[in-house]
Amino acid sequence: MSNQTKHWEKSRTLLFITLAIWFVFSIGIFLFGAEMNEVTGPFGYPWTYWFTCQGSLGAFVILIFWFANRQEKIDEEFGFSEREDE
Amino acid sequence: MIKGKFIDNLPRVYGIYTGGFLAFIIIMAIGEQMGMTKYAIGVCFVAFTIFIYALIGWLSRTAQADAYYVAGRQVPTVFNGMATAADWMSGASFVAMAGGIYFKGYGYMALLVGWTGGYVLVASLLAPYLRKFGCYTVPDFIGTRYGGNLARFSAVVVLTVASFTYVTAQINATGTIASVALDIEFQYAVYIGLISILLCSMLGGMRGVTWTQVAQYIVLIIAYLLPVFWISNKMGAGFFPHFMLADEVARIGELEQQFGFVKNSAADLATVPKGLAGITKAHSAVNATPWAFISLALAMMMGTASLPHVMMRYFTTPSVKAARKSVGWSLFFIFLLYSSAPMLATLSKLSLIDPTLSTGIIGKSIAEVQSIDWYQNWNQANLMFISDFNGNGTVELNEFFMGGKAVVLATPEIAGLPYVISGLVAAGGMAAAMSTADGLILAIANAISHDVYYKIIDPKAETAKRLVVARVLLVVIGFAGATIAAMEIQGILGSVIWAFDFAMSGLFFPLVLGVWWKRANRQGAVAGMLGGLAAGTWYLVWVRTGGSGFLGITQLTFGIFGSAVSLVAMVIVSLMTQAPDAATQKMVDEVRVPSGKTILGKQ
Repeated sequence: MSNQTKHWEKSRTLLFITLAIWFVFSIGIFLFGAEMNEVTGPFGYPWTYWFTCQGSLGAFVILIFWFANRQEKIDEEFGFSEREDE
Repeated sequence: MIKGKFIDNLPRVYGIYTGGFLAFIIIMAIGEQMGMTKYAIGVCFVAFTIFIYALIGWLSRTAQADAYYVAGRQVPTVFNGMATAADWMSGASFVAMAGGIYFKGYGYMALLVGWTGGYVLVASLLAPYLRKFGCYTVPDFIGTRYGGNLARFSAVVVLTVASFTYVTAQINATGTIASVALDIEFQYAVYIGLISILLCSMLGGMRGVTWTQVAQYIVLIIAYLLPVFWISNKMGAGFFPHFMLADEVARIGELEQQFGFVKNSAADLATVPKGLAGITKAHSAVNATPWAFISLALAMMMGTASLPHVMMRYFTTPSVKAARKSVGWSLFFIFLLYSSAPMLATLSKLSLIDPTLSTGIIGKSIAEVQSIDWYQNWNQANLMFISDFNGNGTVELNEFFMGGKAVVLATPEIAGLPYVISGLVAAGGMAAAMSTADGLILAIANAISHDVYYKIIDPKAETAKRLVVARVLLVVIGFAGATIAAMEIQGILGSVIWAFDFAMSGLFFPLVLGVWWKRANRQGAVAGMLGGLAAGTWYLVWVRTGGSGFLGITQLTFGIFGSAVSLVAMVIVSLMTQAPDAATQKMVDEVRVPSGKTILGKQ
């Protein structure tokens, strides 16, 4: 298997993990919106309310930076990262 | 001229700019104490900020294609994040979103999730790969990846439909603010808004838009956060509202129970001016079915990943790596405003409806409310209305109506903040709407000048001629947008949501599969783009003309149907026709690797 194929396989795995986490925070938890809103969550807000206002949004920010770092590591591992002055 | 040095000095330049803007706010505050009129303050805020943007636009003038189309591909990660955030956060986010949440509560908070979650798709599925491609516009990618003028042209069609729908809403927003702040007729204010928009982009193209957008982000984020923190502190709700409003949210729930949601009769509602609404849904209770919430969020997320004016911002970063990081920064800067919108809606609603607060109007006599200064102003602007439906002489929850735009624009005044804050908010709303309108008009004009004129009609055109065409188009599209905006067909929030649906119907799968599915070919892509757009448009028209719809897909989420048709059409047609040739397959392989020259750079 060529270097490039391996690189793409790893990148694809990373994509699936990223999309799975994205799914949980953007869709998964809201399937249980009514039930979760009965419970008090962070800072005293109801859980669903907090996730829609802050929780999910913050999770997306962290997720993108995490994804970018992981992808950079994968690129470096296979020697595909860009030189600084390119 | 200033280029190399300018890029190195960015933090200093914008640091001084921010300091200058804060100083300007303080000068205005002193002016207010010394008896400056509200009108003068409003004019100063709007005129001063527009002057600064125009100055930046003039300083960024350029005659080079690379600078005009992609800002020379040297915008640093964090600054590109700020520019994207301004590009992204439109009049809808700034002026209308808190209003939507104010009226509809949880159901509209799906927009918060949708308009942020979409960036995960942008970062992981598209932005870095399109950056590696090295294109000038989104149709440039479609045209080169799939080959052929038809594919390129189809992408231009989808882009134009979506962006044009979006831009009319933004010009509408600039017109609203200009008409309130400058006290002129909306029909004329729209053109003042348009001229300010064109000042930023005419001379410098993407370069001018980039540096004005950074400046506009700074204005709009200060203008949004300052009132939220100030009101929260003034009400004694907590010095850091985001972490401390749980009691206020609960209190609104109590008051809603106490007042109840009385349904107005159709005859009563007919007396309410067009476009105004009352509070009819619970603030924080989950009052939407999971699918209604999720489908709206999903449509906005997929729409985010298909809107060309956002994607094109990531063409301006120096590298693929920077493009990825830049998406993260964009979302961080967006997060600052979006996490504040529900807090603003909460504070605004509580200060209006809580009878124990001095600002509350529910339970007061009609005559008393009608004599309040701010009520008279906003009532005159046709954005606020009360009426004694049950004839008991006091204002009830169901007897108070407000325009969606008024929630953000009027709250500082309602909460008793000095007028300088209202002027600041007007400038912020203007910045938000202008920055987005600039990005959109530029996206359309670039697509037509680069993809239709240069690539299809006259491939030998010289750079100077291409840029003249691009600028003429910019003006023509701007005026067309303003003319339609002046007709006020649909509200700001509604048109923006439609734009997302149009974009996802036609572009989401052709873009994503272009990178992630080698087998996707020209015929499939054309079928996907045109089929998706046609299906989405048909569904919208059908529902608007009394159709019942299916699967709970409404006129706000018609993109879900459009993109499903697009996916099916694209996969079936691709598999039924010949696989792309070896050169195309190799090109896709190269797109997937960050290092090396861009695809178009090699050709």
